[in-house]
Amino acid sequence: MLAYKFDWGVLWRQPYGEWLLQGLWMTIQVGALAWVIAFILGLLFGTLRASTWWPLRFIGALYVEVFRNIPFLVQLFFWFYAGPMLFGKTLQFKINSISGLHYYVAVVALGLYTASRVAEHVRAGFASIGHGQYDAVLSTGMTHLQMYWYVIVPHALRLIIPPLTTEFLTIFKNSAVAMTIGVAETTFMSYKIDEQTFHGLEATTGAMAIYLVLGMTVVKLMNLIETKYRIPGLVTR
Amino acid sequence: MFDAVFTNLPYLLGGFLTNVQLAAFALAGGLFLGALVGLGRISKRPWVYHPVTLYVNFLRNIPLILVIFWVYFVMPILTGRSMDPFISAAVSFVVFEATYFGEIFRAGFQTISRDLVSAAYSTGLTYRQTAAHILVPIAFRRMLPSLITQSIITFQDTSLAYVIGLQEMVRRTTIVDSIEVRSIQLYSFVAILFFVICFIGSRISLHYEEKSRKAKVL
Repeated sequence: MLAYKFDWGVLWRQPYGEWLLQGLWMTIQVGALAWVIAFILGLLFGTLRASTWWPLRFIGALYVEVFRNIPFLVQLFFWFYAGPMLFGKTLQFKINSISGLHYYVAVVALGLYTASRVAEHVRAGFASIGHGQYDAVLSTGMTHLQMYWYVIVPHALRLIIPPLTTEFLTIFKNSAVAMTIGVAETTFMSYKIDEQTFHGLEATTGAMAIYLVLGMTVVKLMNLIETKYRIPGLVTR
Repeated sequence: MFDAVFTNLPYLLGGFLTNVQLAAFALAGGLFLGALVGLGRISKRPWVYHPVTLYVNFLRNIPLILVIFWVYFVMPILTGRSMDPFISAAVSFVVFEATYFGEIFRAGFQTISRDLVSAAYSTGLTYRQTAAHILVPIAFRRMLPSLITQSIITFQDTSLAYVIGLQEMVRRTTIVDSIEVRSIQLYSFVAILFFVICFIGSRISLHYEEKSRKAKVL
């Protein structure tokens, strides 16, 4: 054992305690905003994958495979370092001078990445709805668009709330990767405390506690939503 | 078009080798510990079940990147000397991925009928023999698609060892990029390399899923 003097005071002593709380706020912001993107795109691409016309199915599959098979860290670096270059020299400098660019890039990159996972759950949700229901809806004279919008999507969404809860938890965990491009979220802050005090162990332990509390809060919240939108007559816990 | 990639190819691929090595350690350790964790999760003994459950639920709520940092900080305190980033990263991955593999194994164990286990005991097998020769092999085969999928995720996760300065592929790419300033081709190259390997892996997983579906072993 190395003679290591624990100093748990770094968790509440100013300004370090405040840093961790600021980090938590940033984690919540990045995660929640990315979730909006992930949910909308996930719904879109998941629906495309269930299409009967193969080009649409192909687009959906392509999106999911590309974003799922590349590590999120690589995607994040690509958007952050290579992304602005895609717009050409003149625009590149304008984009790079946007203040808080790393924050926007983190939100969009995390949203795009998580959308591929949401799309897979949406597709599974569609698959679990019986063919009879599709036929029944079409026989009432609805168009395909109306069928998805009014019947299939609302039904599937309620079925896939549990796996979406897992994804919602994962998005907050994955937001920690955004520290690598300088987004000041919880993990970034715990590392910053280490740089200032050399008490990284205490700081990261504190950050772990923050993630635990955040995770438990999200689960409680999603349980409420699940109870509210439960489909009557199905097996529940 | 890929000029900066080609001039630095040996250096970059050397980094990729580190990813592969790290993944190999993570998988070997993670699967072994994961099988034990899975057994603990179905244990009838409360002093086994509760600590293991706590371990799993705790780590599954925490970002891997934070676990990598934590192990990196705690290892020197435990061993008394500064730690090589590779060893530190390997320990983090084994400890972290074991919880995910453990949950897959648990799901696999729960598909095995009680009668089969009773039959094993009645032939005189001990608990350890039953676990090693009956439970784990059957669960491994039945959960092979999920295990492969999780292995792909583990392989992708090895890039996160970047944060403790390990010279793996992403770290080396950022170093090359800071000299060459060819971000588009460099990061595209990393992305394509990871994509090809992970895509092939996901096809293999799908193949086993189809196979088990056709064989009607559920």
